[in-house]
Amino acid sequence: MTSPPLGFRETMLLGLAGLASFIGLWSFLSGSGIVPAQFLPGPLDVASRFIHLLTSPFAGATLPAHLASSFQRYAYGVLLAAAIGVPLGLLMGFFRLLDDIVTPIFDGLRFIAPIAWVPFAALWFGTGIGGPIMIIFAGAFPPCLINAYRGARFVEPRLIEAARMLGTPSSRMILEVLLPAAVPSIIAGLRVSAGLGWQSLVGAELIVAAAGVGFMMVQAQGSVQTPTVMAGMIAIGIVGMLIDILLRQGEGWLRRRRGLES
Amino acid sequence: MGSISFRNVDKVFGHGAGGVKALDDINLEIADKEFVAIVGPSGCGKTTCLRMVAGFEAASAGSVLVNGRPVTAPGPDRAVVFQQFALFPWKTVRENIELGLRNKNLPIGERNDLVAGALKLMNLETHVDAFPHQLSGGMQQRVAIARAYVLDPEVLLMDEPFGALDAQTRVVMQEELVRLARHNPRTVLFITHAVEEAVYLADRVAIMTRRPGRIKEVLDIKAVRERENWDSHARIEDVMDLESFVHLRTHIWKSLREEKGFKDV
Repeated sequence: MTSPPLGFRETMLLGLAGLASFIGLWSFLSGSGIVPAQFLPGPLDVASRFIHLLTSPFAGATLPAHLASSFQRYAYGVLLAAAIGVPLGLLMGFFRLLDDIVTPIFDGLRFIAPIAWVPFAALWFGTGIGGPIMIIFAGAFPPCLINAYRGARFVEPRLIEAARMLGTPSSRMILEVLLPAAVPSIIAGLRVSAGLGWQSLVGAELIVAAAGVGFMMVQAQGSVQTPTVMAGMIAIGIVGMLIDILLRQGEGWLRRRRGLES
Repeated sequence: MGSISFRNVDKVFGHGAGGVKALDDINLEIADKEFVAIVGPSGCGKTTCLRMVAGFEAASAGSVLVNGRPVTAPGPDRAVVFQQFALFPWKTVRENIELGLRNKNLPIGERNDLVAGALKLMNLETHVDAFPHQLSGGMQQRVAIARAYVLDPEVLLMDEPFGALDAQTRVVMQEELVRLARHNPRTVLFITHAVEEAVYLADRVAIMTRRPGRIKEVLDIKAVRERENWDSHARIEDVMDLESFVHLRTHIWKSLREEKGFKDV
């Protein structure tokens, strides 16, 4: 039995009710003293710290400045992953030989968690901007490659045949047939990449960085400022959500333009 | 010039003991500017014949020749019109028709003239900038035919091109194809399971057997058509009522019914 779909208002109300119960439980746990306040700061403490951090620096910068520094690395890492992963995936989808060469290496590498690259990232590229970028890259690269590859590999065979019958050379085949055919799959891959990249970023900054939200959280933990750690977590969650919403909008717009039902 | 020859062509799908023989000793000569239709029951391998001329499949034995040269790969000298249109959904009508000409590296002026001609030929002028999904099935197939015609191919390969269209659209397209074929004759290999369509359009009709596909009989339609002056009738239904047409149609029907597994469509 499935219940009838709810209207927008009901959905919003249920969402708000869930959020309110979560915050209620949280206040109860920290306010009643069951969990000591320095282990679990209350929602009001966290909220006021969040607002405070918007303007007052901690660990060398305000929260927006830390976020900006994180976002810069993140953007570089994800763009680099897309710039290499998408073309390589398309080429692998077209040239069987390349597919056979790259796939075994890639299948092994992609199961190594981005965090596992931390020691080498720090060693090879340092803790400035290079190290974190490499870790974000490690998180964001596989979905870029896999989705571009699948998109190109599973293009409707008739379209490939039509293009070959029209005498289309390989370069044009990739740019004007495989790439556009793979766009929905590539966009889906970029969304996954963006999510994984953002998660890897914060993990990376906890260990190798001299600025950024992750760095701020580590510094706060060192001085047992748990509200600051939580404010950082909330900022990460909000920015991650915003990135996903933006990419979903982009995906929907693209599908409508193509005449595909969303 | 555009002759097609099938010489002792076999096609086996799969390997060894698990292989399935789809075509058995196909022999067929199609002369320059001749319109030949192949009819046969589903799964008889008629589409495979076309795909071998297109260069999408290779013969397992024997040879498939176009203008006396063996076919090795697909190319714009053998334009294909597919049943499911196979238009590029991200390209406009103009861009779809233009792609083959761009691949030939024609100068832009010449390209535009040819595209304009093809658009006019298929009555597509008002839909130049539309995307395929904005067009009806009939219009989409017009674009696919324009895309093939614009290449001025030596042979035109049509794989059940009207099979996906509704009955009324199909009739209009058949009449238009006859108009095209009579005024600007070129070599056409036309695959269909619709008997009337084959008799109405083709100069000769080859009837195939059920798997493994063989050519059972080849009928000369053109001789009857010219003798009985079918082309003096503008409408397809008038031609289909002629005694000579009915006679040929019934002959093919009977021939196909002898093949086990033939289904009316």
